[in-house]
Amino acid sequence: MSVTRDTLLEMYRTVSRIHACDERLRGLLNQGKIFIFYYSPRGQEIIPAAVSACLRPDDYVVTTYRGLHDEIAKGAPLRELMAEMLGRSGGTCRGKGGPMHISDPRSGLMVTTGVVGGGLPIATGLGLASKLKADGRVTVVNFGDGAANIGAFHEALNLAAVWALPVVFVCQNNRYGEFTPIHETQRVEQLSSRAAGYGIPGVTVDGNDPVAMYDAARTAVDRARAGGGPTLVEAMTYRFMGHFYGDQMPYMDQAEYQAALAADPLPRFRAQLLEAGHASEEDLATIEKEAGAEADDAIEFAFASPPPDPSTLFEDVYVEVRR
Amino acid sequence: MSPVTERETVELTMGAAINQALDQALADDPAVFLLGEDIMDPAGGVMQVTQGLSTKHGRDRVRETPISEQAIIGAAIGAAMAGLRPVAEIMIMDFLAVCADQLVNHAAKLRFMSGGRTNVPLTIRCLHTGGFQMGAQHSQTLEAWLCHVPGLNVVVPSTPADAKGLLTACIRNDDPCVFIEPAALYGAPGPVPAGEHVVPLGRADVKRTGSDVTLITYGRQVHDCLAVAAALEGDIDVEVLDLRSLAPWDSEAMLASVSKTRRAVVVHQAVRRCGVGAEIAAFLSEELWGTLAAPVLRVGGKDTPVPYAKELEEFHLPQAADITEAVRTVTK
Repeated sequence: MSVTRDTLLEMYRTVSRIHACDERLRGLLNQGKIFIFYYSPRGQEIIPAAVSACLRPDDYVVTTYRGLHDEIAKGAPLRELMAEMLGRSGGTCRGKGGPMHISDPRSGLMVTTGVVGGGLPIATGLGLASKLKADGRVTVVNFGDGAANIGAFHEALNLAAVWALPVVFVCQNNRYGEFTPIHETQRVEQLSSRAAGYGIPGVTVDGNDPVAMYDAARTAVDRARAGGGPTLVEAMTYRFMGHFYGDQMPYMDQAEYQAALAADPLPRFRAQLLEAGHASEEDLATIEKEAGAEADDAIEFAFASPPPDPSTLFEDVYVEVRR
Repeated sequence: MSPVTERETVELTMGAAINQALDQALADDPAVFLLGEDIMDPAGGVMQVTQGLSTKHGRDRVRETPISEQAIIGAAIGAAMAGLRPVAEIMIMDFLAVCADQLVNHAAKLRFMSGGRTNVPLTIRCLHTGGFQMGAQHSQTLEAWLCHVPGLNVVVPSTPADAKGLLTACIRNDDPCVFIEPAALYGAPGPVPAGEHVVPLGRADVKRTGSDVTLITYGRQVHDCLAVAAALEGDIDVEVLDLRSLAPWDSEAMLASVSKTRRAVVVHQAVRRCGVGAEIAAFLSEELWGTLAAPVLRVGGKDTPVPYAKELEEFHLPQAADITEAVRTVTK
C-alpha cells in the first residue's frame, strides 16, 4: 500500500471534520434554525480528503457550489466557513459570498463558483501563473459530472494541455447533474475517456475508496508538479442528499440509491482503518469527538458573529469605494 | 541621443500608441503578460497592434491562444488572482458574448464575492468596428452591457495619447478593465507623450470649449462631434466633452459643462435604446432639473442589428447630420 498510516489517519480527520460540519448544517436546516440553500457534500467526502493529502498548503484549489468538503479539506478555517454559510460579518467573505462563493486565499482556496464549469478556465490561469512564476504550485479544480458537458470544460482542458499547465482536473462524478441522471446527458461510459481528446492522461477511480483515490491524486499531483502537465481524474462517487438539501429526489433510482447508502464511504473507511490495525476504536472515537467539538465551536462562532453592516455594501466592489 | 523627457511627444497612430503602451508595460513590470488570438509575430494581431512584441518580450509573455474566449478570459482571471497583470485580447467586442460568464460572473464579482480577499487586476482589450460592412456579428458597440455590471471598469479612447495613457492606467489598475478600441481610429495619427504617460480612469476631457450646448461623447464619435462643432462655429458655440472612461465616469465634468451650457446632447455609436446615453440623460435630468434649457437628447445607432449593405449601415449608424439636427433642436 502506497499511502501511510499517518496519511490515512489525517484523511480520516478531514472526513470527520467535513461530516461534522455537514451534519450540523443539515440539523440546523431541519430544525428551522437557518434558512439557506445548502448543497450537501454527503457521500463525496473521501475525494478531497485524499486529494488534499497530496497538496502543499500553498497549492491552489478551485471548487463549485457543492464545495464544503473541498473547502474544509484544503484547510479553510471552520469558524469563518460556518459564519459565511450564515451570511455573517465574520465569514470568509464578510457575508458577501455565501455557500456558493467561498474564497479563502490564505488556505489556497481561490474560487468557489456557482456556475457549473465556471471554475475550470480560472484554474488554468492559476496554473499559468505558477508556470510563469515557476513557484512549483499545483492547482486542483473540482467539478461535477454535469460540468463535463459545458463548453468551458472543453476550452479549459484544451488550453491546459496546450500549455502543459500544472492543473489537476478532478471530476467528482456523483451521477447526477442537478435533477437529471447522467445517462440522460452523455453517451460515454467514463468521462475520463474525454482526456484523450486533449492529449492528456485521463483516469477513472473509485472516489469513495481512500487508498485508490489517494493513489490517483498522488500520481496526478506529482505529474503536474514535475512539469508533466494536466490530468483528468474522474472520481466515481454518489450524492446522498440530492441537489440541494430538502430536494425530495423523485428523479433518483431507488435501488441504486439504497445500494449507494449501504456502501456509505465513511463507515467503510472507518472499518478499514480498524481492520488494518491503523487505529483503535478509541483513536477513531477521539478523532470524531474532536471534529464534532470543532464543528460545534464553529457553529457557535457563526451564530455569535454579527450580520454585516449595510454600510459595507459598497466596499469590495472596486479597490476604492465608489458610490 | 538625449533621454526622453516627459513632455516630449512623438506622432503616432492609435494602433502604434497602444503597441507602445503594451511594450512599456511589458518592459516595466514582469507581472504583465499578453494573451489572445493571433497576437504573436509574424501576424502581430489581426490589426497588427501587437506587432513585434512577442519577438521582443518572448512567447511566454506574449502568448498565443486557441480560439477559446472563455479559456482566454478564465486564464487571465486566474493568473490575475495569482498576482500577475494579464492583458487579454478579445479580438472584436462582439465576442465578449462568448466569454460573458467569465467576464460578468467571475472577473467582475470575485473581489466582491470574496469580501475583498481576492482581486482581478485584468485588462481586456477589444476593438469595435462599425461602418466597415462587417455585418451584425462583427460591428456592435456593447459598452452599455459592461457598464451595467458593477465591478468592471470601461474605457474608450478617442486619441492616440489617450489610448496610451488610459491603457497604462488600466494595466496598473487592481480591478478588471475593458479597454475598447475604435478600429476606425487605429490609423489616425496624433501627438503622444514618448515616456511614461498615464491618464487616470474616470476623468473626462474637454476636447473643445463652447457655451451654447455640450456634446457628451466618447471614442470614434468624438471626432464626428468636433467636426459638427467646427461646422457650426459662428452660429452655435458647441462644447465637446470626451468622457474617455464610462465606468467610472466623470460626473463632475458633465455637471460643470452642462451647468454652463444648460443643454446637452449625448452621442454614441451604440444602439440608442438603453445605451450609455440613456443613463447620462437620466443623470443630468436628476441633477440639473430646473436649470436645463432643453431636454437632454440622444444620438445613437438605430434600434436594429447592424446591417451589411453600405446604404443600410449608414442609415443605422449615427451621422454628422443627426448630431447637427440634435444640436439645432436643443438650441432652438
